[in-house]
Amino acid sequence: MNAALLASPVIGAASAAPDYLLAVEALTVSFDGFKAVNDVSFYVDPDEIRVIIGPNGAGKTTVLDLICGRTRASAGSIRYKGQELTRLSESAIVQAGVGRKFQTPSIYDDLTVFENLEISYPRGRSVLGALTFRRDAAVRERIHEIAETIFLKDHLAERAEFLSHGQKQWLEIGMLLIQDPELLMLDEPVAGMSVGERVKTAELLNQIIRGRSVLVIEHDMKFVEDIAHRVTVLHQGRVLSEGSMERVKNDPKVIEVYLGH
Amino acid sequence: MTNPVQALTKSVTVNDNPFMKPMEWLSLLLLAAVILVVLPLALDGFRLNLVGKYLTYAFVALGLVICWGYAGILSLGQGVFFGLGGYCMAMYLKLEASSVENTKIQSTPGIPDFMDWNQITALPWFWQPFKSLPLTLLLVVAVPVLFALLISFAMFKRRVGGTYFAIITQAIAAILTILIVGQQGYTGGINGITDLRTLHGWDIRTNHAKTVLYFVNGGLLVACILAAQYVKRSKLGRILVALRDKEDRVRFSGYSVAGFKVFAFCLAAAFAAVGGAMFTLQVGFMSPSFVGIVPSIEMVIYTAVGGRLSLFGAVWGTLLVNWAKTTFSESFPELWLFGLGALFIGVVLAFPNGLAGLWRERIEPRLTRRVKALRAPPPAIAPPHGAPAA
Repeated sequence: MNAALLASPVIGAASAAPDYLLAVEALTVSFDGFKAVNDVSFYVDPDEIRVIIGPNGAGKTTVLDLICGRTRASAGSIRYKGQELTRLSESAIVQAGVGRKFQTPSIYDDLTVFENLEISYPRGRSVLGALTFRRDAAVRERIHEIAETIFLKDHLAERAEFLSHGQKQWLEIGMLLIQDPELLMLDEPVAGMSVGERVKTAELLNQIIRGRSVLVIEHDMKFVEDIAHRVTVLHQGRVLSEGSMERVKNDPKVIEVYLGH
Repeated sequence: MTNPVQALTKSVTVNDNPFMKPMEWLSLLLLAAVILVVLPLALDGFRLNLVGKYLTYAFVALGLVICWGYAGILSLGQGVFFGLGGYCMAMYLKLEASSVENTKIQSTPGIPDFMDWNQITALPWFWQPFKSLPLTLLLVVAVPVLFALLISFAMFKRRVGGTYFAIITQAIAAILTILIVGQQGYTGGINGITDLRTLHGWDIRTNHAKTVLYFVNGGLLVACILAAQYVKRSKLGRILVALRDKEDRVRFSGYSVAGFKVFAFCLAAAFAAVGGAMFTLQVGFMSPSFVGIVPSIEMVIYTAVGGRLSLFGAVWGTLLVNWAKTTFSESFPELWLFGLGALFIGVVLAFPNGLAGLWRERIEPRLTRRVKALRAPPPAIAPPHGAPAA
């Protein structure tokens, strides 16, 4: 029965292979013999919100690291819109349309909210381009538009250092949005947020999903239920279960290693 | 009642990123006035020449503001680039001073005297380009920048940074000194390249020439400040700050990080090289004692004392520390190095942003309050100027 559960989405996937935005196949990485990610395969559709859950040390963050090029795979492939990512540099992966948010808010404390967003604006990314970059009307408009979406339009001139924890998380999401990635990867976007901030973040994610896929790592089950289209459960570097939240929740293996606690 | 709307449209349309803020224009004006007017009027030729020498170190300090202050890349080997620039200039001047006529008592006339003493009978190939003045002026900047490019590209591509980078730059400073000292026949050895006389036929040893060179030096320094200011306020400048803070975030925003670090390091090398060439012209010689570890670290101290985040602070810091060095080492030569060390520790512990930081945190807020108080009575004038930046 478990085998059938595991196999069915994969078989279903194979019939529509060209439509996947992201196809991770047999992905393995070993650190000095320890396989942090072991033969992981999953497929993400366009416009899908996929949540990866699993106990600590299951390899969730490592999977995101592998996709964005921070860690290099020992074996397997990551195809994004048919393009192999495992051989591209980090900046080339971003330019291909993959955005990554880190677990702890990773923003530039010494710059203002406006400048934080401006650096992420996808123009003038070469040395010469950055030297001659002009802050024109298009840039300003886009930054104001994003700031509105991430609830920070009244904080544009503030130094990012002085934002609250939740606002910093939103700012980093905004820095990704301004790049307009087709695949957005978020590592625990609501960790450490207040209840009110969680609700707003869920609202934000549902708003920005249009026209892109989102890959989220999250521990907060309530939040996962709110946003997930499909859930992948990782355990000890392997895929334990995959499917709708309803199905995963009732999988005895998942209950045993993760949800039961 | 229209405040919120006004505030919004203002933030969209007003140029919030001017080339220089009013306070920065004022700082530039003050610095230029002191360097180009006050000091030449107040000092005699000898002292003015000394200040000119100090100001050549200020080029290095400017580069360190961009490289260390902004990009967070600490280089303990800026003497290398100062020295290379200085040596390039000295090689040209030495060749001009070593005409066949001037050197007819040598066994091989027409080559620099130290080569003759070391039984070298022909001018080495790498001295040949320095027969031409235009080529020399190009090489003064190109040689140090290419060297900086080589070092920084090799290291930043492999993601060597922080302390490791600082240590390697220091090692390079030591290696280059040893190389110059060891290759006496080609470089003039420990004595350096001395007895320099004319620049394209113009005698640089006269008082008049020294005054002219002082002003050329001052002008170049202002030009370099403006160039550094351009970089600082461009998006590249903000990317450097972002890199210092969160390198990974910049990388995963689609930037190839190494290129930006290489740029900052090469820019600092270019500034240092200009300073080195002006040093040779004003002081009349170049020697390995301006290349090694000690001068490289001293230059970092000038920057730290002045303020590593302030272009103007770095220049003032250089002037101040060098003035102190001259004054104290005249009376207490033994104690100066201890004093310098104590100064550095003091700066790091008590005011990490240097003199410029003190100014920004303590004095400027008071000044702006005063100015505001003065401007407040006639309310019609206040709005167009807007609030001074915090």
